[in-house]
Amino acid sequence: MGFIGQSIPRTDGFGKVTGQATFVDDLCLPDMLFGATIRSDEPHARLERIEWDPDFDWSSIVRVDASDIPGRNAIFLEQWDQPALAQDVIRHHAEPVALIACADRELLETARKHVTLVTRPLDPLFDPEEALTSEIKIFGEDNLFKQIEIEKGDAPGAMKSAWRVVEGEYRFGYQEQMYIETQGVIAVPGEDGGVTVHGSMQCPYYVLKALTPLLGLPPEKVRIIQTTTGGAFGGKEEYPSMLAAHAVLLALKSGRPVKMVYDRAEDIAVTPKRHPGVIRHRTGVDREGHLLAQEVEILLDGGAYCTLSPVVLGRAAIAAGGPYRCDNLKVLARMVATNKPPSGAFRGFGGPQAAFGVERHMDRIAEEFGVSPLEIRRRNLLQIGDTTATGQQLKDSVGIGEVLEKVAEISDFENRHRAYQHQPAKERLRRGIGLAVCFHGGGFTGAGETWLASKVDLELTSRGGVSIHCGSVEMGQGRNTVFSQIAADALGIDLALVQTPPPDTATCPDSGPTAASRTTMVVGRLVSDAAENLLARMTELLAQQAGVQLDAIHYGQGAFHWEGQDLPFGEAALQLHESCGLVRARAQFVDRDGMVWDPQTYRGDAYAAYSWAAIATEVELDMDTCMPRITRVVAAEDIGKAINPLSVEGQIQGGTLQGLGYGALEEVKMENGRFVNYRMTDCLIPTAMDVPDMEVVIVERPYQHGPAGAKGLGELPTDLPAPALAAAISQAAGFRFDEIPVTPERIAARLTQGKEGA
Amino acid sequence: MNIWMIVNGERREVDVPPMKRLLDTLREDLNLTGTKEGCGEGECGACLVLVNGQAVNSCLVATGQVQGAEIWTVEGLASSPEELTDLQSAFLTYGAVQCGFCTPGMLMTAHAYLRHNPDPTRDQIREAISGNLCRCTGYQKIVDAIEAVAKRRQTEPGEAP
Repeated sequence: MGFIGQSIPRTDGFGKVTGQATFVDDLCLPDMLFGATIRSDEPHARLERIEWDPDFDWSSIVRVDASDIPGRNAIFLEQWDQPALAQDVIRHHAEPVALIACADRELLETARKHVTLVTRPLDPLFDPEEALTSEIKIFGEDNLFKQIEIEKGDAPGAMKSAWRVVEGEYRFGYQEQMYIETQGVIAVPGEDGGVTVHGSMQCPYYVLKALTPLLGLPPEKVRIIQTTTGGAFGGKEEYPSMLAAHAVLLALKSGRPVKMVYDRAEDIAVTPKRHPGVIRHRTGVDREGHLLAQEVEILLDGGAYCTLSPVVLGRAAIAAGGPYRCDNLKVLARMVATNKPPSGAFRGFGGPQAAFGVERHMDRIAEEFGVSPLEIRRRNLLQIGDTTATGQQLKDSVGIGEVLEKVAEISDFENRHRAYQHQPAKERLRRGIGLAVCFHGGGFTGAGETWLASKVDLELTSRGGVSIHCGSVEMGQGRNTVFSQIAADALGIDLALVQTPPPDTATCPDSGPTAASRTTMVVGRLVSDAAENLLARMTELLAQQAGVQLDAIHYGQGAFHWEGQDLPFGEAALQLHESCGLVRARAQFVDRDGMVWDPQTYRGDAYAAYSWAAIATEVELDMDTCMPRITRVVAAEDIGKAINPLSVEGQIQGGTLQGLGYGALEEVKMENGRFVNYRMTDCLIPTAMDVPDMEVVIVERPYQHGPAGAKGLGELPTDLPAPALAAAISQAAGFRFDEIPVTPERIAARLTQGKEGA
Repeated sequence: MNIWMIVNGERREVDVPPMKRLLDTLREDLNLTGTKEGCGEGECGACLVLVNGQAVNSCLVATGQVQGAEIWTVEGLASSPEELTDLQSAFLTYGAVQCGFCTPGMLMTAHAYLRHNPDPTRDQIREAISGNLCRCTGYQKIVDAIEAVAKRRQTEPGEAP
């Protein structure tokens, strides 16, 4: 009892520290084959035919191409545009075209070299700025996956009355999720013509919904079981559907289990990454530095297929103006198609790009006004009663002022910022400090949660406890532990009595994707609701068995009480499990916030609750080597309630480091439509040496309908480090950096340019 | 080729091509799947094991090279909740584990390092684990866990595992 707010060690930890946790590559089934993917070597081409070398012995190799697909050749998500296997046209480098499987992995690699794709090259489209007007058509008539316009007040009109108008352009590259466990699945054909997929994934029901039309099978013949997942960060949101489709096609053709686990090079080269692009700001400001009007243009590069890109664009558009009060705002956001591997979900989901643009722009406004970055933010922060970009009025749970002041105080921002402005120009080691704030809405946008209608089941177990059944996955973020804490607390029972089996679509209802910072806030609340429903169901059954009125039984202190009897939960659970068989209770999402949302105009209540964060980072820049070293990180984050503070700190520290990597280290380079640094050797992520100990402050401004007040957490910390780090490096270098990552190469180029200019 | 080695204290013999990666021999022939593959080129440390006390990436070692060697993998640490080593326990209580994929390699690095340097600073710990990539934690809680174990071993000297 009283598990909420406790730093409980993770409940799935034992398997993970002993090597016993079973990841997909640890599974080996009898008669299993290994699958491989034949991919295009061109960014855009007409596929004439696939040539299987007639002199090669194919007898022990299973071969699949698009003609083997029983249903519709598409991985359905937002659109039907992405084929499981390319047919007729190749639209990006490394696009899957054919599949092979074999029991012998060496032979499989040999066989791969005996497949030739006969193609006729087409002109490729690489520049997203040219996509709308290009003669090359990848998607529809204008290569536009999605356009979002948000209008609040009269931005062009208000701009005219501005004291000053500040303009800026901000660019950002790809970022690779780099989960340490690469993507993998095993498909097992069933005797009934159906199929079971075991795999590393975030969204078992996305995989189910993609496979059924592809295979032309009813949902009951497709079963998806999540295996222990070694990190995901959005990277295992949509892509596992593609990988599962491939393994399933091979499994159904061969009648044998097929394992497909990517090696690192394939994983980096082909799976979706954070969208690169550009954001342009034009902001009208009054004499006091208040924002009068914001005009924002967002252009994101979706790559060759739609994936989840429209939803990413929505997040970016809503967050484009930042957590600031501004009555006149106009956002024009576009997601365009190019001949590149598709971009997709990555923790933050449009938020990091939006935050980078607006936060760097606020720094520019501060510079033009000659006030500090802290002061310009203080003057414009959203407060209770204000409206957001979509016109949503903030009624409560707004911790942005508090997180900013905490960070300002702990980091001693004003003093240090001032001191670094006056440091000697010729020092080899120069210092800088940067600041950023942001907000992140928890759950699906607008009516998304109502539309998802998520469900969670709680079931009595044969051990006198409960198990939680839902489609939300544990991927390291702590779902198992947090759900256990919520259920144990609601039932007043011991934590050890709660089980959290991995999602299996045959036994778990759909609780929506494990994404959008929604698992604790939305699904966690359903766990608590399901616990209440379970107690009601148990009371009903016990009343029947005892022959007493329903209201004669009450539950408290972990036991049912009636007519002088006290029956502890565990005993009641055992008794009912034996006498009634399956005892399950369900909770389903209902909108308690009265959300009003127009998906056409993007007006209304975009999210039920927002989480708020602020960060300050300090760097020491070696002006000779151009290496920035991060010397201090202070972050404060308002997440409503920390169900498990230990786990929350871990999420914030880990998410922050991903954001710092995005700002100054991580770069996936592309040449002619292909990723060129597709190995860990040159596709870098931060090591333990790249960051100092981070100072993290948790702020709790509760959301009344979250479990114990909890709001979204997962993505928030990743949204905001990049602009703060870019600001710190800019101050140290004495030059503005408005493009990330701010790598040593980029710093060196800018410093050289500066010297030549002077 | 017949190759023998002492794995987690037991003599094991395998018949594998000498160039087979030690990682694959451990996972496929000895069914020790706690050792993970994250990159296959010695960058991430997920496959790290101890060979004659040295921390090595098993994806870069040919099985033929470890004839007669003493090898420790994560399975050799402890297998029941009552017997967890101090490092394993600390990884749990200090929140050093999230997805768990880097954890076996990280634990083996920490074990080897604390034997080499029983009283490290936080910066030294960071340097020691810099060959093990973790994408979940931001490393801080891993440093917390290792530091706590080192301090405890200093104050309560006993048999280091």
